[in-house]
Amino acid sequence: MPTLEIRDLHVSVETKEGAKPILRGVDLTINSGETHAIMGPNGSGKSTLASALAGHPKYTVTSGTATLDGEDLLAMTVDERARAGLFLAMQYPVEVPGVSVANFLRTAKTAIDGEAPALRTWGKEVKGAMENLRIDSTFAERSVNEGFSGGEKKRHEILQMELFKPHFAILDETDSGLDVDALRVVSEGVNRAKDNTDVGVLLITHYTRILRYIKPDFVHVFVDGKIAEEGGPELAEQLEENGYDKYVGTGATMA
Amino acid sequence: MTATTDLSTDHSRAVADGAHSHGVVPAGSRAERKTSFDLADIPVPTGREEEWRFSPVARLQPLFDEDLGAGGVLTTVVEAPEVKVEIVGKDDPRLGTTGKPGDRTAVTAWNAAAEATVVTLPAEAVATDVTSVRVEGVTKDVTAQHLLVHAEHHAEGVVVIDHRGDATLNQTVEIVVEDGAHLTLVTVQDWADGAVHASSHRARIGRDAKLKHVVVTFGGDVVRLTPDATFTGEGGEVEMVGLYFADADQHQEHRLFVDHAVPRCKSRVTYKGALQGAGAHVVWVGDVLIQAEAEGTDTYELNRNLVLTDGARADSVPNLEIETGEIEGAGHASATGRFDDEQLFYLMARGIPEVDARRLVVRGFFAELIEQIGVASVEDRLLASIEAELEKSMSVITGVAAPAPAE
Repeated sequence: MPTLEIRDLHVSVETKEGAKPILRGVDLTINSGETHAIMGPNGSGKSTLASALAGHPKYTVTSGTATLDGEDLLAMTVDERARAGLFLAMQYPVEVPGVSVANFLRTAKTAIDGEAPALRTWGKEVKGAMENLRIDSTFAERSVNEGFSGGEKKRHEILQMELFKPHFAILDETDSGLDVDALRVVSEGVNRAKDNTDVGVLLITHYTRILRYIKPDFVHVFVDGKIAEEGGPELAEQLEENGYDKYVGTGATMA
Repeated sequence: MTATTDLSTDHSRAVADGAHSHGVVPAGSRAERKTSFDLADIPVPTGREEEWRFSPVARLQPLFDEDLGAGGVLTTVVEAPEVKVEIVGKDDPRLGTTGKPGDRTAVTAWNAAAEATVVTLPAEAVATDVTSVRVEGVTKDVTAQHLLVHAEHHAEGVVVIDHRGDATLNQTVEIVVEDGAHLTLVTVQDWADGAVHASSHRARIGRDAKLKHVVVTFGGDVVRLTPDATFTGEGGEVEMVGLYFADADQHQEHRLFVDHAVPRCKSRVTYKGALQGAGAHVVWVGDVLIQAEAEGTDTYELNRNLVLTDGARADSVPNLEIETGEIEGAGHASATGRFDDEQLFYLMARGIPEVDARRLVVRGFFAELIEQIGVASVEDRLLASIEAELEKSMSVITGVAAPAPAE
């Protein structure tokens, strides 16, 4: 069974003043089919964890390990990680002018699978996935993320998750900025992917709202660059009632 | 890192409304710039002049000379069945009707050329095929050349001037688009390394006439093109599209001038370029003058540069002079940016290898512009040329990524 295993991970970000530590020893194990929610206050390092695992050049791993199926994830380039089965739904998806969604999806799918998808079935698959996510068919000819609304960008991210069929998907604040309808549509997409592919999900969020639609198996509270508390779905309910005050108040230094 | 890359967008010379004073920057007004057919009126530049300040004057020096030969290029025209081609003497009355030379290379080219190739699209004829003018550099002898592309009234057609080989060429291209004619003129600078090419394009656009002027520059040591377009009748339209790709030590300069001299004409200028390698230098200057009588003018110009590696330099100067407030619209935009690492990360995070991701981004950068050209054979060739340039770019990127770049 594929496993994403993170051990004592320390990560710094490059700033003008030099390297600044953000993650201070993260331990986390995600198995296939499991959904883990990472919740925490702003600035706690949740998104850094997502970006560092995907290999964003801004972040430097200073110690610790991350393995996917026993393979050293940190030794891989960004594209190798994606081809190994890691997917990151980004908080701020990037515009790529002049590259159509259709071309982008086909190119990425070809890279990930190591062969071009069958022409006939691929077209149908894309069309069906777009319909499910209430994405208008004209989006196929538009440039990637260019002129997309916030909700359209997030649906486009989940469209990719459904089509690329990763082993592990990190959803970085996919819920932020979505209205209730869009949140429901996006959540349905994630749940379809879970049902169809047994994907392991790392759901990063500030709010408990999305957890009403996507049921987590585990909840981790992230404070000051590491996991402060772990539990089942009931932990999310506590956070819903009490917020993060209890964690932030006790010696957590917000840099 | 940034020390070796010089990105400049000089907006200080751009004038966006009618409230400016000519007294502040007298040399900047295109209306006041010296133009003449007479060599004595336009001396050899020092490089400090406004129109030469970005140019490698030393490398262009041979073209400033009064005595230029004629044997450096072979010109072959393959014309559409409706189109007429002649070689005429310089005293032919059809020559010199598109305005006077505006800089030293333009005036030496005009005076040195003894004859001209005239391509005529006869009145009301619709050319059924592309007319191709192939200019092949055969020796490095300094050469003057004069071309006239003449679309008579209500003619329609496409003319492609294709430069290849190695040459030292000083060229005049006169473009006459008579009333109601629609002409697409494409000039491709696909020179071998080492070619030096200056070209003054002077276009005159009549009533309800339309010119699509397309410039594609890839090769050569120095290429300096100065397309001028002047409207002579109401309802005229010019669309000027440019695409360039500069490699290490190449200088590619495009200086445009659109003269809105009559009312209700429209101009659109879109130039995009990519640069890679140490010493790659591109210059884009877009002057638009809306004269006092040119009411109802509609103009917009845009320049974008994509800097792919360190050590390349882009200068971009849009300059809009407006002498009447009664216009439809006038605007410009200019931006020079480095390759966007966030785009690269996004694509690579979807499994796409770096080399392919870079290709996608650069192709995307040019995509809209290529579609705008509307001449299939040119579009296909362009895509192939961009691929070839990107092949070079990959080795340049590897070179720059090396630990100790020699800079």
